[in-house]
Amino acid sequence: MMDLNTVLQILDSAVRLMTPLLLACLAGLYSERAGVFDIGLEGKMLMAAFSAATVAALTGNVWLGLLAGLLGALMLSAVHGIASITFRGNQLISGVAINFLASGLTVLLGQKIFGLGGRTPSLTPGAELEAQVNPFRTWLSGVTGPDGAAALTATPRFGEITLPLAETLRGVPVIGPLYAEVISGHTILVYVAFGMVPLTWWVLYRTRFGLRLRAVGENPASVDTAGVSVTRLRFAAVAIAGLLCGLAGAYLATGLSAGFVKEMTAGRGFIALAALIFAKWRPWGALGATFLFGLLEAVANRYPNLDLGIVTVPSMFMNALPYILTVIILAGFVGRAIPPRAGGEPYVKER
Amino acid sequence: MEKMPKWADVLLTPLISLVLAMAISALVILAIGESPAEALTTMIDGALGSSYGWGFTLYYATNFIFTGLAVMVAYHASLFNIGGEGQAAMGGLGVALVLLSLPLPHWALALPAAMIGAAAFGAAWALIPAWLQAKRGSHIVITTIMFNFIAAAALNYILVNLLRPVGSMDPASARFPESTHLPKLSDMALALGFEWGDNTPVNISFFVAVIACILVWLLIWRTRLGFEIRAFGKSEPAALYAGISPVRITIIAMLISGGLAGLMAINNVMGEAERLVLNAVEGAGFIGIAVALMGRNHPLGVFLAALLFGFLYQGGGELALWTSIPRELIIVIQALVILFTGALDNMVRVPLERMFMAMRKRGA
Repeated sequence: MMDLNTVLQILDSAVRLMTPLLLACLAGLYSERAGVFDIGLEGKMLMAAFSAATVAALTGNVWLGLLAGLLGALMLSAVHGIASITFRGNQLISGVAINFLASGLTVLLGQKIFGLGGRTPSLTPGAELEAQVNPFRTWLSGVTGPDGAAALTATPRFGEITLPLAETLRGVPVIGPLYAEVISGHTILVYVAFGMVPLTWWVLYRTRFGLRLRAVGENPASVDTAGVSVTRLRFAAVAIAGLLCGLAGAYLATGLSAGFVKEMTAGRGFIALAALIFAKWRPWGALGATFLFGLLEAVANRYPNLDLGIVTVPSMFMNALPYILTVIILAGFVGRAIPPRAGGEPYVKER
Repeated sequence: MEKMPKWADVLLTPLISLVLAMAISALVILAIGESPAEALTTMIDGALGSSYGWGFTLYYATNFIFTGLAVMVAYHASLFNIGGEGQAAMGGLGVALVLLSLPLPHWALALPAAMIGAAAFGAAWALIPAWLQAKRGSHIVITTIMFNFIAAAALNYILVNLLRPVGSMDPASARFPESTHLPKLSDMALALGFEWGDNTPVNISFFVAVIACILVWLLIWRTRLGFEIRAFGKSEPAALYAGISPVRITIIAMLISGGLAGLMAINNVMGEAERLVLNAVEGAGFIGIAVALMGRNHPLGVFLAALLFGFLYQGGGELALWTSIPRELIIVIQALVILFTGALDNMVRVPLERMFMAMRKRGA
């Protein structure tokens, strides 16, 4: 039987694993709520992970890495916006192209910059990383002095934050360890991701921008008639999606792991897409769906062959479960998922 | 009135898109400090400079013809089948089960049997997404993506736990019996008295793929069913009004599409590996998307685009071998081809249409 400690460890791991899913899922939510399908979440995340890890490895500064990650994802968002909004191309095809573009470019550029077969140097402190950071540190000490340069280049990845009172409260039964193990001790991006859920809810349902965003995904002509630019709204939504994918990718490479490896997103963009359908395109639903999928992954990692007494569940089944569940939800047997009505259709302004 | 002549639509737009994709690829090669001209010569030498290169180019092209036709048939019914990867993987399972369970004395018997297995498994894997789209309105793109992942997990399980021979560490099936091995093109050349393409995997499946192109052309443009598929793809309400059942067409088009993707397995699984290995499809299902888009959803176009991608694949492998350009360059090229011929089609087409309109006005 599992003890409390094991349960807490699995929950803790679920929180870590759900974070990139949650960010990417919310990214998809903004885009699809505005009527732009986005199956390029995977590619944007991958590009962000690569840019973040590359800049973090070259500068030793994770914040510059994060900035690069955001820019990397935003660039691909721009491609998606130009193709699917400006030129009214097929949004699905554009998404497919973006996934391949990221998959190829990250390896090509990574090999050029580091010559390590497509991965970046490990971001854990050590000789490999020092060799990369040194040129930038030397240059920086000309600007800020050696001490400043050393301080600015000493954090190549996000550190874990211990929340206040985590140790003091540990003694309280159940809640104490839950707080100390599961809620406390994550990187800043995990808390940002969780904060994004109420923020997204507020933006979508309590602001004028959110109302227009939802309207443009359901009936763009009505928004246009009201004198609001459909193009500008959709570009804004696609850009927000890019930024959120940027956070997701940066977290993958500089928070969850220490560095970029080829294809490191490993289908997470598609699981996020599945979670979005599971969540029926709603922010709180996204939290629940990504937690479920994060939990599945955590359990599969912990028990490669889960013995339930009667049957042994192979890890392959656990890995496929998010996809199977999504198909069942899509089939509408358990709570029908209805996508935004104007999703996938380019808007042609009437003349 | 047509906005531009047919030849421009069929030839000029894909060519300009291709040139744009190649130009950006050249910039990428420049950006990583290599010479695009040298890369191109290496690719041409490696893929087309010898019968050995051609042997591989045609082998890859065979895969892409099947997956390209699969995407194309679905596209005519305005269904975007991204599930070619999973359907081709399942086709491989069909081939393996047929060849490992039936005692087939000769390849000429084994080939049709394997084709039935491949097509049946590929079609079966497309059936559920098709049914969900037709009956429940679940978006086919999402369900076929999900089915790719489910297929990968299922095959992983089947290979590791069920098909792996006792004592083997490889997650792969047993070798197929000697009697079922398909003749290679190099063997056929030898039989005709000359040496061609020694040690290359291109086999008799290439001709099957060519025949498939012709049959798909007949199906889409010369049969009642093909007419119904195209009518449904152009306008669902019009098709409905004409008495065409959307459910029937969606399911039939996806079954044909999945069957074609599955048929790829007679080339890679039966013809080349001669056993079922993990991840046997290697992305060919996705390349089918680029091939169908580039080929303007016409079998002849698909054939030519498949040759182009066969060349890129073999050439890309040679690049990785002889230069310091990783073979991932071809993924970038593939992405750019999909982007320009698919998503940015209007960017190329609209200025061209304007140009032809202006020329016509001046002529009139």
